[in-house]
Amino acid sequence: MVEIWQGLQSAFWLIATLDADLVEITLRSLQVTLTAVLIACALGMPLGTFLAIQRFRYRRPVIAVLNALMGLPPVVVGLIVYLFLSRSGPFGALNLLFTPTAMIIAQIIIVTPLVASIAHQAVRELWSDYHDLLLSLNATKRQRMLTLLFDARRALLTAALAGFGRAIGEVGAVMIVGGNIDHVSRILTTAIALETSKGNFALALGLGFILIGLAIAVNVAIHALSRTERESIW
Amino acid sequence: MTPLLPLTVRGASVRRRGKRLIGPVDLDLGGEGITVVMGPNGAGKTTLLRMLHGLARLSEGKVTWNRPLAEAQTRQAFVFQTPVVLRRSVRDNIAFPLILRGEPRARARARAENWVARVGLGEMAQRPAGVLSGGEKQKLALARALIFAPDILFLDEPTANLDGRSMREIETILRDTMAEGTRILMATHNIGQARRLASEVIFLYRGLVHERKTAEDFFAAPQTAEATAFIKGDIVE
Ligand SMILES: Nc1ncnc2c1ncn2[C@@H]1O[C@H](COP(=O)(O)OP(=O)(O)OP(=O)(O)O)[C@@H](O)[C@H]1O
Ligand SMILES: [Mg+2]
Repeated sequence: MVEIWQGLQSAFWLIATLDADLVEITLRSLQVTLTAVLIACALGMPLGTFLAIQRFRYRRPVIAVLNALMGLPPVVVGLIVYLFLSRSGPFGALNLLFTPTAMIIAQIIIVTPLVASIAHQAVRELWSDYHDLLLSLNATKRQRMLTLLFDARRALLTAALAGFGRAIGEVGAVMIVGGNIDHVSRILTTAIALETSKGNFALALGLGFILIGLAIAVNVAIHALSRTERESIW
Repeated sequence: MTPLLPLTVRGASVRRRGKRLIGPVDLDLGGEGITVVMGPNGAGKTTLLRMLHGLARLSEGKVTWNRPLAEAQTRQAFVFQTPVVLRRSVRDNIAFPLILRGEPRARARARAENWVARVGLGEMAQRPAGVLSGGEKQKLALARALIFAPDILFLDEPTANLDGRSMREIETILRDTMAEGTRILMATHNIGQARRLASEVIFLYRGLVHERKTAEDFFAAPQTAEATAFIKGDIVE
């Protein structure tokens, strides 16, 4: 009990004084996750939109695969990325294993299906609303897609936030492919795992609070977004 | 510009799952004026308009405009029975067709402002269109259809949710639109409105054109029993 109390105190102290290690790890976490989410959005949103408005032969199977990928255990994603990037793997020559880039790749694979799936659902709904109007006004395929992406902007932002929430708290995959190397690939979740196992609760708790803070911020943002949606504020 | 009309319809019908919703229809639509399509619920009014506009795929027959289809499609506007509202401001909704046509945003918006005022939504230009009432949405849809000055305007019960005053405003706009040379084809259940606006009437019954007459003749001496009952206000099933 005393240990926890002391841990809490020093955790607050670390945050209040902007401890160098803590700041470094937090920034790396944000950098990795934001990059991954950005790329996942760039891939997943057009993909989701395309699946919502374009009929083609293998549409249903593709959607089924997408939904299945959403449930992929991150640890397994980590394992697969590891195999691809390891020295003897197909991309071994790129020397990416145990770098932030490797972690970004793993997170992209974890987040893209989630973003694509939420985008697909939102755009499909909107498309059934807009279908007749867009056809009546002779919107080109490109214009239809842009209109839907723009008008589904709240739902898409929600998708991005959900993706961020999933990636920032993920530990299995980034541990495997990043290796949790100090000053190189150590991020919030992997650092917490390590510091806890070392019995260094102060740093672990401090990092934990930051992670919780980020998770809460994301949820508050999602909630606020759904409110503007209901009240049609923008 | 070469006229878009006459429109020629030959043996056109629309089927869904084997059931014929409308047709076969033979129709020539030329000149000017307002043609009102009447008939009981489910008679096929909406389907007829959608078929002519190219939204409902033909199962048989032909719909031919005086111009090639690609051009003809850009010269028609359609106001749906349930207004479709984009998740943008009222003004941006109305500017939307112009922006699709590549008009610069600022100019499209300025022109939209005019229409916002003209349909009586002046106060609401900047508001998200989602908050409008049913009747206001119908006005928005009408302005958005008229902003690119179509040669023909399809209206599917455009005043169904409007109060007396709004209805008068809209009818005035429709008369002006017609006077400016836009051909109008309108489905309505409102017999008073048909009497006020129609230059001719098409009476649909169970997917077939039962009568087509000048408004005067139709209201004075309907030919079929169904139309007679319909005008008298009897229940036609
Ligand atoms: N996509 C569809 N699939 C199957 N049946 C349809 C479809 N669309 C319309 N129908 C049927 O076609 C018939 C004509 O419908 P339509 O909407 O054209 O009638 P309407 O004259 O516009 O009626 P209302 O006055 O109620 O608007 C109806 O019986 C309707 O149920
Ligand atoms: Mg109808």
